[in-house]
Amino acid sequence: MAMGLKKRRRIQLIVIAVFFLIVASILIGFAFKDGIEFFRSPSQVVSENINEDEVFRIGGLVKENSLLKDGNNVSFIVTDRANEVEVKFVGILPDLFSEGTGMIATGRLKSNIFEATEILAKHDENYMPKEVADALKEQGVFQE
Amino acid sequence: MIAELGHLSVIIAFMVAIVQSVIPMIGASKGYVGWMDAARPAAIIQFLAIFFAFIMLTVSFITSDFSVKLVASNSHSLKPMLYKVSGVWGNHEGSMLLWILILAFYGALVAVFGNRLPIILKARVLSVQAMIGVAFIAFLLFTSNPFERLSFPPFDGKDLNPLLQDPGLAFHPPFLYFGYVGLSMTFSFAIAALIQGSVDAAWARWVRPWALLAWITLTIGIALGSWWAYYELGWGGWWFWDPVENASFMPWLIAVALLHSAIVVEKREALKSWTVLLAILGFSFSLIGTFIVRSGVITSVHAFANDPERGVFILLILIIAIGGGLTLYAFRASSLRSGAIFSPVSREGGLILNNLLLVVSTIVVFVGTIWPLVAELVLGRKLSVGAPFFEIAFTPFMVILAISLPLGAILPWKRAQIKRAGSPLIGALSLSLALGLLIWSLQTGGRILAPIGLALSAWVILGTLTDLIVRCRMLENGFFAGIRRLIKLTRADWGKAFAHIGLGLTIFGISAITAWETEDIRVAKIGETFEMSGYTFIFDDVTKVNGKNYSSDMGTISAYEGKKLVAKLKPEKRFYPVQRMPTTEAGINSTFKRDLYVALGDFQNDGWTIRTYVKPFAVWIWIGCLVMAFGGLMSMTDRRLRFASTNKIRRKI
Repeated sequence: MAMGLKKRRRIQLIVIAVFFLIVASILIGFAFKDGIEFFRSPSQVVSENINEDEVFRIGGLVKENSLLKDGNNVSFIVTDRANEVEVKFVGILPDLFSEGTGMIATGRLKSNIFEATEILAKHDENYMPKEVADALKEQGVFQE
Repeated sequence: MIAELGHLSVIIAFMVAIVQSVIPMIGASKGYVGWMDAARPAAIIQFLAIFFAFIMLTVSFITSDFSVKLVASNSHSLKPMLYKVSGVWGNHEGSMLLWILILAFYGALVAVFGNRLPIILKARVLSVQAMIGVAFIAFLLFTSNPFERLSFPPFDGKDLNPLLQDPGLAFHPPFLYFGYVGLSMTFSFAIAALIQGSVDAAWARWVRPWALLAWITLTIGIALGSWWAYYELGWGGWWFWDPVENASFMPWLIAVALLHSAIVVEKREALKSWTVLLAILGFSFSLIGTFIVRSGVITSVHAFANDPERGVFILLILIIAIGGGLTLYAFRASSLRSGAIFSPVSREGGLILNNLLLVVSTIVVFVGTIWPLVAELVLGRKLSVGAPFFEIAFTPFMVILAISLPLGAILPWKRAQIKRAGSPLIGALSLSLALGLLIWSLQTGGRILAPIGLALSAWVILGTLTDLIVRCRMLENGFFAGIRRLIKLTRADWGKAFAHIGLGLTIFGISAITAWETEDIRVAKIGETFEMSGYTFIFDDVTKVNGKNYSSDMGTISAYEGKKLVAKLKPEKRFYPVQRMPTTEAGINSTFKRDLYVALGDFQNDGWTIRTYVKPFAVWIWIGCLVMAFGGLMSMTDRRLRFASTNKIRRKI
């Protein structure tokens, strides 16, 4: 045997480790297809061409006096003060959701209406999601 | 006065920590015994000073001293006492003080109980521990002083965020920090070992209890956090793959790997440099977690109010610690010679597989957590990585881990034949497969997840039990002789069995709840009846209830199974006037078989929005975690570890 047993073990180990890493990379590649949700501001939603199947996040301020509730069906308008998108949602809104504050919703855009599957507001009352703050800053609405 | 005493005390601790990080290290390399001995009193004084400062802050909170800025912005005179105390760490500054307290506490533990440690190793360990202390105390003093005063104290405080006013969350941070910071101890041991250039079985016996302690507290901390999310956030989820959750999960995974590889070092004197690397990685992930939570670079449902200056400071600590640790490793790891040779099919081989799977899955979680940051910096796109990513990329590794666990655990050391060693497992294997098939055939439609998950869980649990039966030779020697041997097994063996069974139980809970949970959302009028998954729910009424610092709409919903009343659920919609913030308290009835879970929404027109879940076997997720932690505790109290590094074994006289 030309090679020491210890060295052979080490090589075997590295081969297995590399194998797992390759498997992990492949899985990560696949998972990125389903697992990544882009964030868009209302202005981006209006200007971009978005596939109806794509799950993404929209964030902005909930427009004042736009919130309508009918049983479990909720609808409201999200705005970055430049553009507006209508959002529909079925379920219970988070505790901290209210008009004039920031929120992020996950869902799909179907014929220009955003159908949300999940709505996020934050633990903290003063919280403005970073993405929302940035989007508003771009429109010159929000200053720190 | 109280706050100033606390502040002064932190400054004293800072000075002591600087001395402790320099003097013993020089002493250890020059062989000055006196210098090395300085580490012990220094570590104890450092701890006492921080402890005193912590008490001072706690007193400020209990007495509602609103001239202290931190108290004014996080407390209120009407708040219940428990939350006045937990308010101390329910904010950025106070929680950093708690972090440092625990860091110093670990140092003091080594100083007091480390008599059997070789004096040079001890000096170096305490010195490295003090270096970490210096970094974090500086962070506290220069960016996050908890003792800052207000020149115009307000009449009353702004109150603690109501979501944090909850018993589960009151104790969540201390446990989590004990875990995070516990990994600093193994880090210090690893650095000390690299400096001295040797690792032996005694070193492993010293490191393992710290790794175990860190892992146990992390397990409990994570479980508490997930339980809190389950009943407080009102959507009945228990894990969201949120960046901050991942921040605690990554060190946990590495800690699991570390405490398994330390066994190999101890028993077989192999995998030395790998174990040292894991110890460095474990604490690195703790620091990365801290950075993610405190800097606010990644949007998460958790957050402290944070500013960029703090983020930069932690990033600096992180770079020095990780960079320094890994550089030292690169130069010195080759001096850590491993002796033993083993065949790929052996206990060692099994443990290596465990380690590889855990580390690779940690990398997957890391990529998913950090990707939003990378994408924004490099690609200029804002995005988030959702649960589907982790389900696809992380779960397969856990499945392989669970499949290989019972086999790896039963293999003998050094070399083994799968056929011979594995043959006792055939019973467990066929039972688990049969169970999976049975569930698959009974389940009408539904997901493939339930049969696979349940078969896996049965395989892990039955396989572990089989291991116990084989170890006590119950089949050869008869039942009673077997039981006698079983009782005599070491605590480490019992610990292993409990931890593995706990994992099996958690897998069971996760699979059952994910596959079989049912949900119903409706607007219900008072008196309305609805049915779901074999239960009948009657919406009895909603009453106004007043708590100490909140008012609440409390619903009453009766749940019937057939004609029998099984639960009166009391979901609440609370309103905390000081922070003008509503919270949801779910009404939950738990049995070992299922949770009935009701959350109350808004009142509109003439009804209330009600969200109802039936969650089969939910409680087993957390029972599993507790059983795992208990297993760790048993293993930690094994006498081999208690009498570490001496060969003396106490005998009965």
